[in-house]
Amino acid sequence: MNHLDELENKSIYIIREAYNRYQKIAQLWSIGKDSTTLLWLCRKAFFDKIPFPMVHIDTTFKFPAMYKFRDKYAKEWGLDLIVASNQEALQKGIGYKTHDAFTCSHELKTVALQQVIAKYGFKALLLGIRRDEHGIRAKERYFSPRNQEFKWNYHDQPPELWDQYKTKAAAETHLRVHPLLHWTELDVWEYIKRENIPVNELYFAKNGQRYRSLGCMPITKPIKSQADTIDKIIEELKNSTEAERAGRAQDKEQMYTMQKLRSLGYM
Amino acid sequence: MKNYLKFVIVGHVDHGKSTLIGRLLFDTKSIPQSKIDEVKEVCESLGKPFEFAYLMDYLEEEREKNITIDTTQTFFKTEKRDYVIIDAPGHKEFLKNMITGSALAEAAILIIDAKEGVQEQTKRHAYILQLLNLSQLIVVINKMDLVNYKQQRFKEVKNEILTHLDILKLKPNYIIPISAKEGDFVDKKSQKIEWYNGPAVLEALDSFKPRVAPVNLPLRFPVQDIYEIDGEKIIVGRVESGLIKQNQEIIFFPDGKKSKVKAIKKWRQELAVAETGHCVGITLVDDIDVERGQIISETENRPHITDKFTSTIFWMSRESHKINEPITFKCVTQEIKAKIKKIHKLMDSSTLETIKDRTDEIRETEVAKVEIETDKKIAIEDFSYIPELGRFVLEKNDEIVAGGIITLE
Repeated sequence: MNHLDELENKSIYIIREAYNRYQKIAQLWSIGKDSTTLLWLCRKAFFDKIPFPMVHIDTTFKFPAMYKFRDKYAKEWGLDLIVASNQEALQKGIGYKTHDAFTCSHELKTVALQQVIAKYGFKALLLGIRRDEHGIRAKERYFSPRNQEFKWNYHDQPPELWDQYKTKAAAETHLRVHPLLHWTELDVWEYIKRENIPVNELYFAKNGQRYRSLGCMPITKPIKSQADTIDKIIEELKNSTEAERAGRAQDKEQMYTMQKLRSLGYM
Repeated sequence: MKNYLKFVIVGHVDHGKSTLIGRLLFDTKSIPQSKIDEVKEVCESLGKPFEFAYLMDYLEEEREKNITIDTTQTFFKTEKRDYVIIDAPGHKEFLKNMITGSALAEAAILIIDAKEGVQEQTKRHAYILQLLNLSQLIVVINKMDLVNYKQQRFKEVKNEILTHLDILKLKPNYIIPISAKEGDFVDKKSQKIEWYNGPAVLEALDSFKPRVAPVNLPLRFPVQDIYEIDGEKIIVGRVESGLIKQNQEIIFFPDGKKSKVKAIKKWRQELAVAETGHCVGITLVDDIDVERGQIISETENRPHITDKFTSTIFWMSRESHKINEPITFKCVTQEIKAKIKKIHKLMDSSTLETIKDRTDEIRETEVAKVEIETDKKIAIEDFSYIPELGRFVLEKNDEIVAGGIITLE
């Protein structure tokens, strides 16, 4: 079995395990390359009939190209799409012009997510995070419990061995399930190439710039790049010494932001 | 073919696991400059000199207390291949994290502080490696700089660890003197240790082989779920061993119902054969009752069907457990109520001493040979024959509390 097949089979096993154990689940689809790859794997796992919704946490600050991409493929792939925003926060005027990235992220992502979980009663959420994105994510489990306050207790994570996962959540509100945890950024691009998965045009270089990671428009910066095809992106990554999320301001604002955001329940 | 190897670094707390990993990443140029800068910033703000260990220890508490709490996985590459390094914490209280990390590995590095020598967790971790059947092993004797690179001290520690490994019947492939901090014998040989002729750590790692699923084992296909897609019943699961073929006669265990494979499905694809490791869906020629947890097998070479078996378990939970208390047994997709009926032998996993004054209770970090009885019959195998069906976890109050290895007599 080749490397990509191995990654794919492991992910499909986890996706099916999550659905079998919880039923009331959803996938978070941020419209980026990772969650779109995860969505692709869900289509494979369920023979095109994904039995749960895709949730887009919409801060309303995403790139127009992302909304266009979302609507196109939600229709084409027949997805059950839930778009969720924290309306109260938006009405109060919380946004990147007036508030810091941490507040925006908390209000527009975490709180919006809490609302959608409460509304639909989801017991587990599939997310496309990967270990190589950030050191904190390298410590994640495939099935990662969140307590009632939505917190990630990274001090005391459940053991995980031999594909036996934390598959019951009594006290916890829900579990985060991470089927792509063992993939690298390069793996994702090589898989996108092999499978011909559609990805957003923002990833490809225009006028010497491209986005390597997509977040909210005001805090996401492009990198210098000439990579305007998947092959060129793969080549670029093989030679890059820059961190993937270098263009995401929120990581740099504070030394341990990522850990704090995660423990607060940010995806 | 895959060209990467997953290895775990284990050993006693503070013997230098995270430092060795930081050094490996640094020497192989696997860390973005921005990460090195981030670590420099953190070290400065904490008023400490630059620490390689911080490249792995990301949690705030880990950096403040200089210990690894949870297992971390990271990636690097040599000219030969890609690696996944699993950093396992060395504190006794984080043993479950050490096991979580080690269970994924194909090879291991056991690190020992040249000054301190073999310690409690050195021995315990060696035992866990042996239980998990991790036979590709490098012992590194670290911090040689602190003992002036003396060959005599290296020999003393080497003999100390070999004595212990010998009891466990573990034979290390290499025993290497290194200084992770100074970079001696990590990515290359060093003048400071001219008396040592063996390879440096990277060269030793490059000599190991990735685990390859053995061919010619009998078919074992645990039922994971059953989907109804366009009016058709599709049984999904992963081929844990052997091959499944179209038109093949199969048996569902433990009840022994027979059927025949009509089609093997992947997304938008039908296969004639599916190999070990593949997640596939199958349809049957007839409509028999199928449920999760059944083990599909070929008609020859059937699995062992029983409700009573002997195994070695290691206890990971803080809560101790008494015999005859209810517990859940989980092996592949089989999940069933069970009891530990008898403890044949109870051991301290570090000293390997038998605990004689207690026969009815197992406690954290202890290892025991036990008799397990399940409520219904299950399909199992000897761990050394088909590992996927020869290992299991025990769950109590929805938490995994122990891992176990089955030995069939």
